[in-house]
Amino acid sequence: MKNKSLVSINDFTKENHLRIIELAAEFEKKPVQDLLSGKVIATLFFEPSTRTRLSFESAVNKLGGRIIGFTDASSSSVSKGESLKDTIKTVMNYSDLIIMRHPIEGSARYASEVSNVPIINAGDGANQHPTQTLLDLYSIYKTQGTLDGLSIFLVGDLKYGRTVHSLLMAMSQFNTTFHFVSPVELKIPDEYKIHLDSLGLKYFEHTDFTANIHEADIVYMTRVQRERFSDPIEYEKVKNTYVLRNYMLSETKPGMKILHPLPRVNEINDDVDENTKAYYFTQALNGVFTRQAIITSILGIK
Amino acid sequence: MKIMKDIRELKVSALRNGTVIDHIPAKCLFKVISILGLDKIDNHLTFGTNLESKKLGTKAIIKISDKFFQDDEINKIALVAPDAKLNIIKEFEVVEKKVVVVPDYITGIAKCFNPKCITNAEKVTTKFTVISKKNVTLKCHYCEKITDQEHMEII
Ligand SMILES: [Zn+2]
Repeated sequence: MKNKSLVSINDFTKENHLRIIELAAEFEKKPVQDLLSGKVIATLFFEPSTRTRLSFESAVNKLGGRIIGFTDASSSSVSKGESLKDTIKTVMNYSDLIIMRHPIEGSARYASEVSNVPIINAGDGANQHPTQTLLDLYSIYKTQGTLDGLSIFLVGDLKYGRTVHSLLMAMSQFNTTFHFVSPVELKIPDEYKIHLDSLGLKYFEHTDFTANIHEADIVYMTRVQRERFSDPIEYEKVKNTYVLRNYMLSETKPGMKILHPLPRVNEINDDVDENTKAYYFTQALNGVFTRQAIITSILGIK
Repeated sequence: MKIMKDIRELKVSALRNGTVIDHIPAKCLFKVISILGLDKIDNHLTFGTNLESKKLGTKAIIKISDKFFQDDEINKIALVAPDAKLNIIKEFEVVEKKVVVVPDYITGIAKCFNPKCITNAEKVTTKFTVISKKNVTLKCHYCEKITDQEHMEII
């Protein structure tokens, strides 16, 4: 993976995914190491995403690297109309690695083609956010002890949810059974079902949240956003249907875990937080170890 | 190979050596000329357009002297003229006939349908993987979104 940009989850093979998980586990045991001393990492956030940026910066800081960059486009030359190409061509002279978030889809791929240092995509619009997917894989592996043969429930906005689509693509390499739980308006797009069919994987679609939830190893929750509905009445009808509440967990497997990319709005009720099956805050911590693994393997240090 | 001579091909003007591209949809004539860069070469070029065609309604035809295309070069017109047929002429005789084939990858030519794509935001040449050749469907190399035939726009 040395010097290879990470733009899309589809850039990494199954072996690459497993390698990142293995490294993340090493960093979890020893998160503070002097591996990045003398390295300069640029974090270019053309749109703000405090949560993702802090996770990356924490990962770099714990390994002794230095960070340069900007936290939103208004504080950079971009606000003066500089092209993405020119920004990247400039910043690559000052850094060993560029981590970028940009509202335009495909921007990270393009940046990786004009840059002579590797790019990590920290989100390009509605397209890709591969480090989120890798931290999800690490969280699943850590809690289940395997990625093979699991039953995963994906809940909420399955039509527009970028994290859901990437997770599906990655987990489809591991003989997963998928349960798709969503309102009709936000169903999983056909292209993903075609993909699963081509691999011969089992999947089920539900509009009723609690149907078969006792089979779940992982329940992956996402936000159902008002602006996704063309008809506001439809939103009002479903807005409380896909909310996870503590009483719904009584029949679930003891080792089942609930994941969420965060931030949540109301889709996981507060009474779930104290349940041992709630895993979303630890999942965020796993993001730091996973990003340490990604950065060091791309820089050829690990 | 059987050598065929088609008298109708000689109507516009006789071509000694070169290529005849037939069955181009009339409205796409200038797109084909531009995709193949025929507006930038010095070869003799004749074309006819708004000719009657049973299949296309109206069609256009291009004759280029002393020009023979590589397959990957000519296949670039498949998006705009999928039914195009080529006659390769040597000494006034048709020595070979070719049809165009939709290529596996397409650079330039088409526009990405996604308004939020980098190729529509900055000066970036579009690149696509062809995921279906029958009803041509393209997957953008950058934003990974699908552009189908119905939404395809030629640059
Ligand atoms: Zn695109």
